[in-house]
Amino acid sequence: MNRAEIVAWAEANYLDLEFTAARRWLAEEPGRKAVGFLPVYAPAEIIHAAGMLPVGIHGGGDRIDIIRGDAYYQSYICHLPRSVVELAVTGRLDFLTGALFPSTCDVIRNLSGMWKVMYPEKYSRYVDLPQDFAKGVGGDFWTHELRELVHDMGELRGSPITEDELRKGIGDWNRRRALVRKLYAKRRDEPHNVPTDELYQLLRAGEIVPFEEFMTMAQAYLDVCDKDGRRPRDNARVIVIGAFCEQPPLGLIRTIERAGCYIVDDDFLIGNRFLTREVDCSGDAVRALAETFLNHTVANPIVYERDADGKKKLVGERLRAARAEGAIFSAPSFCDPALLDRPMLQAGAAREGISFISFKYAENTGQFQQFREQAGTFSDAIKLWGNV
Amino acid sequence: MSTVVRDQSQELQKQLISGYFDSLSTANEDGKKVVYTFVPGNLTELIRAFDLLPVLPEINALQYGMRQKTGQFILDAEKAGHSEDVCTYVKADLGMIRAGNIGPTGKKLPKPDLLLLSYTGCYTFMKWFELLREEYQCPVVMLHVPYQGDGKISPAHRDYVVQQLKEKLIPALEELSGKKLDEDRLKEMLKLSAMAEDDLVAVFQSAKAKPSPIDAWFGGVYYIGPMFTAFRGTQAGVDYYKLLRAEVEERIRLGKGPITPEGDMNQERFRLVAEGPPNWTSFREFWKMFYDEGATVVASTYTKVGGTYDFGFRHDYTRPLETLAEYCGECYTNRNVPTRIDMLVKYVEEYEADGFIINSVKSCNSFSAGQLLILREVERRTGRPGAFIESDLVDPRYFSAANIKNRLESYLQMIEARRAGGHVSGLEVSP
Amino acid sequence: MNAYLGIDLGSTTTKAVILDEAGEVLGRGITNSRSNYSVAARIAGTEATIDARFALLGRELGDLDQTGLPASFRLEQYLTQLKLLGQIVEEEGSKGRSATYGKPLLDKLVEILVAMEGAELERFARKEEAGSNFFRDRAAADFAKFAEERGDRKGVTFEALLAVFDRAILRVENADVDVSFEGNILRAVERIGGGDVRVAVQKIRDTPLVMAASVGTGYGRARLPFPREQIRSEILCHGLGAHAMFPETRTVLDIGGQDTKAIQVDGAGIVTSFQMNDRCAAGCGRYLGYIADEMNLGLHELGPLADQSKRPTRVNSTCTVFAGAELRDRLGMGEKREDILAGLHRAIMLRAMSLLARSGGVNDEFTFTGGVARNSAAVHALMELVEENYGKRILNISPNSIFTGAQGAAMFAQRSFEETQHAPAVSGGAEVHA
Repeated sequence: MNRAEIVAWAEANYLDLEFTAARRWLAEEPGRKAVGFLPVYAPAEIIHAAGMLPVGIHGGGDRIDIIRGDAYYQSYICHLPRSVVELAVTGRLDFLTGALFPSTCDVIRNLSGMWKVMYPEKYSRYVDLPQDFAKGVGGDFWTHELRELVHDMGELRGSPITEDELRKGIGDWNRRRALVRKLYAKRRDEPHNVPTDELYQLLRAGEIVPFEEFMTMAQAYLDVCDKDGRRPRDNARVIVIGAFCEQPPLGLIRTIERAGCYIVDDDFLIGNRFLTREVDCSGDAVRALAETFLNHTVANPIVYERDADGKKKLVGERLRAARAEGAIFSAPSFCDPALLDRPMLQAGAAREGISFISFKYAENTGQFQQFREQAGTFSDAIKLWGNV
Repeated sequence: MSTVVRDQSQELQKQLISGYFDSLSTANEDGKKVVYTFVPGNLTELIRAFDLLPVLPEINALQYGMRQKTGQFILDAEKAGHSEDVCTYVKADLGMIRAGNIGPTGKKLPKPDLLLLSYTGCYTFMKWFELLREEYQCPVVMLHVPYQGDGKISPAHRDYVVQQLKEKLIPALEELSGKKLDEDRLKEMLKLSAMAEDDLVAVFQSAKAKPSPIDAWFGGVYYIGPMFTAFRGTQAGVDYYKLLRAEVEERIRLGKGPITPEGDMNQERFRLVAEGPPNWTSFREFWKMFYDEGATVVASTYTKVGGTYDFGFRHDYTRPLETLAEYCGECYTNRNVPTRIDMLVKYVEEYEADGFIINSVKSCNSFSAGQLLILREVERRTGRPGAFIESDLVDPRYFSAANIKNRLESYLQMIEARRAGGHVSGLEVSP
Repeated sequence: MNAYLGIDLGSTTTKAVILDEAGEVLGRGITNSRSNYSVAARIAGTEATIDARFALLGRELGDLDQTGLPASFRLEQYLTQLKLLGQIVEEEGSKGRSATYGKPLLDKLVEILVAMEGAELERFARKEEAGSNFFRDRAAADFAKFAEERGDRKGVTFEALLAVFDRAILRVENADVDVSFEGNILRAVERIGGGDVRVAVQKIRDTPLVMAASVGTGYGRARLPFPREQIRSEILCHGLGAHAMFPETRTVLDIGGQDTKAIQVDGAGIVTSFQMNDRCAAGCGRYLGYIADEMNLGLHELGPLADQSKRPTRVNSTCTVFAGAELRDRLGMGEKREDILAGLHRAIMLRAMSLLARSGGVNDEFTFTGGVARNSAAVHALMELVEENYGKRILNISPNSIFTGAQGAAMFAQRSFEETQHAPAVSGGAEVHA
C-alpha cells in the first residue's frame, strides 16, 4: 500500500462520524460488542481483552452542527462534551454497548452521570484514576478498580474474562503502544517524512477501527515512511502542549505545519501512549497494568504531580527529548486541566529560556488566521535567532 | 445599605469567624503551624487534634468576594498569565497572595506549613495546590477521595482513603506538629462534631415549616460557616448550633419568616429550592432580589458541599478514620449527577417548594457541568418549574444584575400565572 | 368606553397597545426608546390612543385614507413638533459655542426651519408616504439636507448648524409637546375642508376612552412610572401576546436587539417554561447589526442578500467580538458575501435552536417574534433547522409581531381589571385625553 492509500484510509475514518468501520465489524459476527471511552486515559486493553471493540469518543470536531448538544452546556464549558452529546442524541453512538468516562476533569466526570440519566439501559462507568502512587494504597485501589472493570466487561460480553485473555489483551496493547511510539520516534527523527496531519489522522482512525486493522495500517505507514524519503525543509522543530483532551481541528495542525513548523512531539490522543513502558504480562496482568500506571505514565495534568519542581522541568525535558527548538501551548478554551497547568509550565519554560507561544482553540474552530500569523512569526524567529 | 439586622446567633457566628481569622493572623507569633485545606472533605478534627490551624482558601476568596475585593485580584492573576476561562477562586487567591496575603478581615494570613490537598469533588483543587506549592515551597499531601461514580462509597473506596490517612496524612501531621496522634482526643472531637451536626440538620429541616423560619441558601451560608471552617469538633461549634437551633425553633413558634439584612421577611410568597453556590460579589443584591419578591429558599445543595448531613451522615467517633474517610466521600460535589437529581427532587417534594432555581457559576464545572440536564430532569420528575441563572462566584464581571433580576422576576411571575391558571401538572418537555 | 393599555419598553423601541372591552386591539403605537423612559412610554401611549381613535373613526366612516384625514393629522402633528423645534433651535443657537456665530447662524436656522415646513407641506400635497414614523428621523433628514445647502466653510459651517439641531432635537423628544388626537384633529379636519367628516370626528372626540388599567413590560419596565403590581415580565407578556395573535401557539421564539427568548406556553397562553440567552450577545439582533455595519449594508439588506447564496459558508463562531475580523478574513479569502451571510444567519439560528431545546423544544404551532423575524434569511435558516430536528411545524409570523409583548401586557391589564371588578375594592382607572 502506498502513502496516499493509507492516508486516504485514515482520513476516511477520521471524517466518518457514523463510525462505519466499527459498525461493520459489529455486523460481521453476531454477538460482537463495542464499548466507548472518553479522553484522556482509559484502560482500553480490558475492553479489547473481552473481545469487544474499544472506541475512542473524541467528539464531532468541526464536522457537525451543534444543535441539541448546546442545550446541555453553558457557554463557558468546553466544546467536547457538547459534540459528544450531539453525537449521542443524533443516534450516532447507539452502536456502543457501554461507555467509560475517565477522571480527566469535572466536565467529563459529570458527563458520566449525565449518561446514566440519558441512557439508563446502557452500561457506563466513571473510571477514577489513582492519585496516590504507593503500591499498597493507590496500587491496591487501582487494581480493585480495574478488576471491577474486568468483571463488568465480562458481564457485558456474557462470560467472565479469563486470565489468559487478560494477558493476551494487555499484551496486544503493549504492541500497540510500542508501534505508536515507533511512529512518534520516526516523526521526531524525520518529521519531513511523517507529517503530523497524516500521523494524527492515522491515530484517530486507530481510535475507532479494530485492533488488527490499525496495527496493519500503522505498520504499513511506518514502512512507507522508511521507503519514500522526502527532502527535509528548514522548518522550526516545535512541541505542541495542552491538546490532550478536546482535539484540535485538523486545520489547526496543518496551519502550524504550513507556517514553517515541524511538530516533533505533542499531546494529541495521548491516551494511546499514556503508559511509558510495557506491562509485564507474565503473571497477574491486571495488577501489573495497575502498577505500571503508578510510576510509568507521561506527565499530564490529569495526574497529580508529585515532584515539586516537576511542572517547571517538564517543558525543558520534553523539548530536549524531542530535540525541539520551541513550544506551542495550544489548549482548548475552557479546558481546566490544560489552562490551570499552563502558567506552571510556562514559568518553567521561561526559567530555561525556552521560546514559546500560546493559544486557545475549540474543536470546531474554523478560522486559523491568527494561528497562522503567530506560528509563522514564531518559526521565523526560531530560524533567525535560534532558541532563546 | 442600611444597618444590618442580626440576631444573637448571627452575632456569635460573626465573633467565631473573626476570632478564627484573628488566630490566623498571629499564628506565626504564637508558634502555631498552619495547614491549608479545602472545605469539601476538610479534616478539621484531625488537623485540630494535632493543635494545627486549618486555613481554607475558598473561604478567603468568598469572604473577599463579599467585600468586593476579588475583581482586582482576579485581574492581577490574569495579568500574571492565568486564563480568563478558569476558576476565579483560584485566581482571587493567587491575586491575594501577590497583594501581600492579607486576609479578608484586613489581617495577615499565615503561610502554610503543609498543603493538605483533600481531592474531593473538584478537579481544580489539585491544580490549586500545585500552584500554591510553587508560591510557598511547602510540602503537599494528596488525599485522593474517589468520586461516587456509582452513587455510593464502596468499602474499597473507604479503605483507600483510610490507607492514605494512615500512611501519608497522619505521619505528615505528626511530623509537622511533633506529636503522635492522640486517638482519644480525636474521638472526643468527633463526638462534638456529631452533636453540632444534629443541630445543623434540625436547622435545615426547620424550613419545612410554613413560613420557613430560615432562608436555606443566603441565610444558610452563614449557618454552615462554623461547621465548614474551623469549628467542627469544638465546643464553640456545639454551642453555636445549639443557640441557632433554639432561635430557629422560636421563630417557628412565632410564625416568623427568615431574617434578612433588612429584618424579618414575613410574607412567604414563594418557596424555592436552590442548586449551586450563590454569587459572592453581589451577595446582598442577589438576596434582595429574592426577599423583595417574598421568595424564600427552603433547601439548597450548596450548603451541603461540606457534608450532606441531612441525608443521614454523622461523624461516628467509634470508627474515627473510617468516619473521616466516609465524610470526605459524602460531600455534595463528590456525588454523581443522578444522585444530585435525586437530592433536588427530594428537596422540592419534602420542602413543598413551588420550584427550584439553579445558579450556574462560570467558575465551577464541578457544579455547573450537567446542570441543564439536572434542570430538565428535576422539572420532569417534580412537575415544578426550574429557573436557570448564570453568574460567577467571585468575578464581578459575570454578575449582570439586570439580566438576573429579569430572569428571576419572569420566573416568579410564571409560577404565579401557573398557580392562577390552576397548573399543577407536569411540563411538556421534549429535549 | 373602557380600554386597556399595555406598554413594552424595549431597548430600542417602545411599543403600546390598546385593547377594547372585547379584548380586540384598538390601537398600536411605537416610538424610539430614549434616555427618558417615561417620555417614551407616554409618547407610545399617545400614539396608540390616536391609532385607537382613528380605529373608532374608521368604524364610523369606513376607509379613512380616502378622506385624507390620517395624512392631514400626521402633518398637523409634524407641524406642532416643528414649531417647538423652531423655538428650541433659536434658543440653542444663542447659547454656548453656537452664540459665537451670532446672527448669521440664527438667520440660517430660521431659513432652514421655514424650508423644512415647506418641504413637509409639499410632501403632503404630493401624498408622499413618510419614510419614517418618527419625528426625529424625518426632521433630521430634512434639517441635514437644508443645512448642507446653507452651510458655509468659512462662516457658519454645516457642522455648527447640525450641532444646534442635535442639542435641540433631544429637548424636543423629551418635551411635553401636544401631539394628541384632540390637540390636532380639528386643524386636520379643517385642512381637508371639513365636511361630513367633522360630525363623526366630533362624536369620536367626545367619546371618553378610559384607560381602565395599564401594564408595563420590557427591558426597561422597572423604570416605568407604574406601581409594582402593574409591571409584568416580558416573558409572560410575550407568551400571552403570541397566544392572542395565534391561539394554537405552543412555542414562541423572540429575537430582539438585546436578547433571545425561547418560551413554551400552554393552551391558555400561560408560560410553562422559558430560556433566555446568557450574557453573550451572540445570536441576537445586535449581532446582525454589527455584521451590517462591517459590510456597509443596511440591516434590512442582509436577509435578501443572504437569500441569494447557493453554498452557505460554514461559520462556527457567532462571537460578536470576533465577527468583524472573521468576516474580513473570509472576504479576504475570496468567499462570497452572500455565502458568508447565509452562514452567519444559520449560525445565529443555531444559537436560537439551543435555547429552544433548553426550553423544551419546538412544539406546534411555533410563533416567531421580534425584529429578526422580519429577516427572510433568518426565517429560512430557522425553519430548515426546526424541520431537521423536530419535523414540520406551522410557523406563525405576524406583521404586528413587534407589538407582541405590548399586546400581552394589555391583556394582563384587562385581566387584572376584570378581577378587581369582582373584588370589593376597585382601583379607579385614569381617563386619558377624553
